[in-house]
Amino acid sequence: MNTLRFTIICLLVGVAVYICGHLLGVGYVFFAGYTILQFVVLSSAWNILGGYCGYVNFGSAAFFALGAYSTVFFYKFNPLPIPVLIVIGAVVSGIVGLGMGYLTLRLRGAFFAIATLAMAVVLQTLVVNWTYVGGSRGAYIVREETVSIFGYSIEYIEYLFLLMLALAIVSIVVSRTIARTQLGFGFATIRDDELAAEALGVPTLRLKLIATTISGALMGMAGAPFPYYIGYLQPASAFGLEYGVNSIAMPIIGGTTSWVGPLVGAILLGSLQQLATVTISSAVNLLIVGLLLVAFVVIAPNGLVGLVQERLRARRSK
Amino acid sequence: MSPLLHVSNVSKRFGGFIALDGIELEVQQGERVGLIGPNGSGKSTLVNCICGALQNEQGSVHFDGHAMDGLAAHQRTHRGLARSFQLPRPFVSLSLADNIRVPMLYTVHKRTGPLHADSVDARCIELLRLVGLDKKARHMPRDLTQVEMRKLELARAVAAEPKLLIADESMAGLSHTEIEDILALLKQLNERGITIILIEHIMSAVMSFSQRLVVLVSGKKIADGKPEDVVRNPEVVRAYLGQ
Amino acid sequence: MDISFDLLMNAIVAGLLLGGFYAAVTAGVSISFGMLDIVNIAHPGFIILGSYIAYFINISFGIDPIVVSIVMLPVFYILGTIIYQVYYVSFEKRGQESLRGLAFFFGLLFVTEVMLILVFGVDYRYVEASYIGPSLHLGNVDFPLRMLVPCITALVLFGLLELFVTRTFTGRAIMAVSQDQLALQLMAADPIRIKRIAFGISIATTSIAGALLVIIQPVEPSVGREYIGRVFAICVLGGLGSLPGSLIAAMLLGVMESLTSTFYGPSWSPAVAFGFLLLTLAFRPAGLFGR
Repeated sequence: MNTLRFTIICLLVGVAVYICGHLLGVGYVFFAGYTILQFVVLSSAWNILGGYCGYVNFGSAAFFALGAYSTVFFYKFNPLPIPVLIVIGAVVSGIVGLGMGYLTLRLRGAFFAIATLAMAVVLQTLVVNWTYVGGSRGAYIVREETVSIFGYSIEYIEYLFLLMLALAIVSIVVSRTIARTQLGFGFATIRDDELAAEALGVPTLRLKLIATTISGALMGMAGAPFPYYIGYLQPASAFGLEYGVNSIAMPIIGGTTSWVGPLVGAILLGSLQQLATVTISSAVNLLIVGLLLVAFVVIAPNGLVGLVQERLRARRSK
Repeated sequence: MSPLLHVSNVSKRFGGFIALDGIELEVQQGERVGLIGPNGSGKSTLVNCICGALQNEQGSVHFDGHAMDGLAAHQRTHRGLARSFQLPRPFVSLSLADNIRVPMLYTVHKRTGPLHADSVDARCIELLRLVGLDKKARHMPRDLTQVEMRKLELARAVAAEPKLLIADESMAGLSHTEIEDILALLKQLNERGITIILIEHIMSAVMSFSQRLVVLVSGKKIADGKPEDVVRNPEVVRAYLGQ
Repeated sequence: MDISFDLLMNAIVAGLLLGGFYAAVTAGVSISFGMLDIVNIAHPGFIILGSYIAYFINISFGIDPIVVSIVMLPVFYILGTIIYQVYYVSFEKRGQESLRGLAFFFGLLFVTEVMLILVFGVDYRYVEASYIGPSLHLGNVDFPLRMLVPCITALVLFGLLELFVTRTFTGRAIMAVSQDQLALQLMAADPIRIKRIAFGISIATTSIAGALLVIIQPVEPSVGREYIGRVFAICVLGGLGSLPGSLIAAMLLGVMESLTSTFYGPSWSPAVAFGFLLLTLAFRPAGLFGR
């Protein structure tokens, strides 16, 4: 199925999802749905560098927060419409991804992972000390009640949901396209054996930089609408470990070798967490994520998608 | 005529350990050179420095008239340098055909321009046939025996269409017939104009293949000449028997 | 100018004392990362676990935290060996250490932190001991005992580890396994067993480091995260696997953080370690005293 056809199908599915939510008329559906879609973007983005290339990024929260704080900056400086902010968030996080990659991608995978963690803390410290965007006291974002699109007036949260839906579709299409092109092929060689890839002529550094830039940009896009969603942004919440853990846990639980895994992981784990937060507590929900991550990494390294693939392969060879 | 490969006073240390000490080596276009030495003598380190997997601290490497210093490994491969790894490093999530496809897409493409997908496929099968693995083109590396993996490793390096091929212990564990097959393949490639450096422990193979023999011991080159002369060199004898 | 000089001296002394403590924190990672090539980013999580255990027993029974941590050494050691076994069977054997191993330890770190939150909550916890409070005074320079005692304990721990690694057979085997596993096997020592022992020791150090931590500062579950960067920064700066190197690097970092905190404010000090780490990784990955 070519990319155009796939994109159209995604759009149709997306529109159907939105209409269902709209008909249900319960605001919470959009709040929860926004979070889940946000995780679809973050996991797909993480997986481009982590699953395809094999480079673990522990600092997803930083790219996410950069997108969020670019929005806050413009909110204070000169408010812009959210779609524009999304593009700005993508550019800022993409550039930072490129820069960080340039500094650290010449190192082995383990060092890179630690460097991403270091970068996340450095960025968090910088933001905490930057009083223009509120520093550690946080920043308030006031949003309108409703938005009018093509003459229809909808709730603001629905508008945010639609934006995040669009971003989710973009990230899925991007990760699927990468996997089907030579770029994805090159990424796979880096993941399997970087030394051999380099010896055979694959420009590994360049490809890794492309991966970090795209990955960072997508995460920044996911973060850009966040201040409007949450209303009050603090560094602790923007840089929260939950984003870091979930961006890793969801692709690993879903399956890192294809674009489907992060989607599956995000929807399943995201819904599970929404359920747990509402019924038990948010701390327990994080515990579940952590335990599932450890369990899957040990027992089912190829995630749910991998388990399904193995079942199919076993059935086929019978 | 200037040599195809000129390794000039190359030294490499790891902390306090001197892995290579002032190595001088020239390889002419079309030569068949054998490189031997006890384990730990620095053969793989030398290969790594020539191919760019490691950067030598001193000295320089010239290939095909160009200085290689500072160039990344993939850039050297684009210039025509290829190597197989001593311990096979297949791409485990790719089929055999796809493994062969990598250097075609990333190295050969660079030199000759984009190839048609069908001709790439045909070439992959052809290369696999050279090493007797064409029936397993769609298989994954984990289905291969150790010996088959070595053959894949060699085929993959050949797929990069190099001017100079460094074959690092491709024959370990092979049967007598299989060794003959690989030697015949390497000779065939040499006849087509590919310069070959063969690193091996199997002396019969090295002796029959090499026009020139280079011996490395503890990071130093102790002999470089005709195979019959080198094996009678007292220092070489001492290095091998005195271990 | 007198006041500034005193401030400077105090900041440096505080930094050195802190650095000694950092060395204890890093000793375990020097072993697990420097010698075994295992990126155990959950190390700080175990330290916090050690802190909480020391806290709990100290508050319940009034026993000195350092004593508690020494008593808990075998427990942490066994925990370490179990974790290594799981790590080895799941990842090292299959050759998939990079992505999955990292995710595994990340998950462990997370699980430890969240479990501590569930059991103890997010309030800061303190311990009580006779040396928390008073200070030694030498001229105009203060040596707070709550920093001096941990520093001295840390140095003793460090000294013992260095002796172990250089003088005992097992210790030297651990050094050897990091350099040449095959040779070790030929010497009839089982490399897996050696690595298991080493990792066990690495986790055992967290018991003591944890007690020292809770003496120096109040802890809450997420404090571990600040230490991830510090620990790896020191390890990399000091040259992987070099215990003396990490001691010097730890002191250096301690002084830098102390100076930053004194003259620029404490909100900047997390960036010092991590920023240093980034710069080191970018420009001199072999560390200042690299192997």
